[in-house]
Amino acid sequence: MDGLRRGSAAIVGVAESDLGAVASEMSPIDLMAQGIHRALADCGLGLRDVDGLLCATAQSRTSGLALAEYLGISPAFIDTTILGGSSFMFHVSHAQAALTLGLCKVAVIAYGSTQRTVGRRHASVREYNPYETPFRPFLPSTAYALAASRHMHQYGTTREQLAAVAVAARDWALLNPVAWEKKPLTIAEVLSARMISYPFTVRDCCLVTDGGGAVIMTRQERARSLTKPPVYVLGCGQAITHANISSMPDLTVTGALESGRAAYAMAGLGPNDIDVVELYDAFTINTILFLEDLGFCPKGEGGRFVADGRIAPKGSLPVNTNGGGLSYCHPGMYGLLLLIEATRQLRHECGARQVADCATAIAHGNGGVLSSQSTVILGTEAAV
Amino acid sequence: MERIAESPLAVYQAHLDKGELAYQWSPDAQKAVFYPRVICPFTGSDRLEWRVSAGLGTVYATTVVHPAREGGPYNVALIDCDEGFRLMSRVEGIAPEAVRIGMRVKFRVHRPGGDESPYPVFVPVEAA
Repeated sequence: MDGLRRGSAAIVGVAESDLGAVASEMSPIDLMAQGIHRALADCGLGLRDVDGLLCATAQSRTSGLALAEYLGISPAFIDTTILGGSSFMFHVSHAQAALTLGLCKVAVIAYGSTQRTVGRRHASVREYNPYETPFRPFLPSTAYALAASRHMHQYGTTREQLAAVAVAARDWALLNPVAWEKKPLTIAEVLSARMISYPFTVRDCCLVTDGGGAVIMTRQERARSLTKPPVYVLGCGQAITHANISSMPDLTVTGALESGRAAYAMAGLGPNDIDVVELYDAFTINTILFLEDLGFCPKGEGGRFVADGRIAPKGSLPVNTNGGGLSYCHPGMYGLLLLIEATRQLRHECGARQVADCATAIAHGNGGVLSSQSTVILGTEAAV
Repeated sequence: MERIAESPLAVYQAHLDKGELAYQWSPDAQKAVFYPRVICPFTGSDRLEWRVSAGLGTVYATTVVHPAREGGPYNVALIDCDEGFRLMSRVEGIAPEAVRIGMRVKFRVHRPGGDESPYPVFVPVEAA
């Protein structure tokens, strides 16, 4: 991304809020505040240090106002860009720009959702689209199912290969103490689960949970003086290709191709240089599409690439090490949790699921119905 | 730009009322535009002409939705019309899971009745 310099800003604090099913009457802003409190403790900063505020939630129309009031702060820089689940990767590049331009010194990115507690219908109001709504697509599942149908048609991708993505995510989740899912999963169980929108059964679809968290960012110099080793932003890229699935140019090629290209260029890295891969797996096809578009395998080969456990805990490429949106947590807009996991992996804080000797990670966010794509490449001091 | 007397959606719906599937044509881009809009997304120009589709197309992508509560499975598809535009619709007249990518289909108007506007659906060409 022209104008942003690799390593000029870093993630210095991360934390999840309560996840899964939170206490009744908790609000999304409560969860953001809890995440911010924990993330500030993670890096040794306090609320009075925060002068940059970035947040997004589907449950508050002016979440920036609500969160600033709740925290009792008047931020010098504020950004409530909302583009679906990838919003927080967009926030990282916006925060890096604001920090390096001196618009703020300590930027907080926050998310919270109580979609499980209040019900998905109440958490995210569906807009009527006269060109789609009459056909009753079950969104977002149907949109991703259409993309999967196309990938299966063009490249011979099978339901078993899609299921392998869900099984790998589950195997990682079993290593994560805070993951929602606690039991093993087999390919046969994915295939025989309740059908949602062909080819997806409920096990091809992300969880519907509550959750949230926060990420704290500062400039490089400040980052080096804080509690934990900084995790530097090496690359950022973004692309928007459409809003509605009927306007997506090619259902087998996502904007991750462009967002990845930009992020790799800024970082001076390529897919072979990435140690840990965190991809927004709202549906099993996502992981396959993003592995292809981010260059981990050729276009069309994603299904064959994920078969045989290659992205599972003992495989050659660690993908979605927290268990993903499929088995760990999916509170509506999941992107922030990918940034948290990537940061923790690079700090070697991940216990049983820790990837050995990792110095670089990619956190790729997806929003809408494959609509907005944003890629962040992170690295340790050694990678800068 | 002059005041717009009739919204793009209203013109589209008026065509459907007459049993026609309308789309826009951008003479500057030499491309079809769908959904209908006020300016052309290829050029930014407000020169857009209305045309009526011959109603023939090909299934680009397809799925079968299985409702959790009431009603049986139904088809949702993306159709590439021969004039060069794509729209969401469904293929009727065959089982929803029998709809195949590449299948040739033909438009017909569906009139749900009540307060609901007519909308375009498709049937396999062989059955038309």
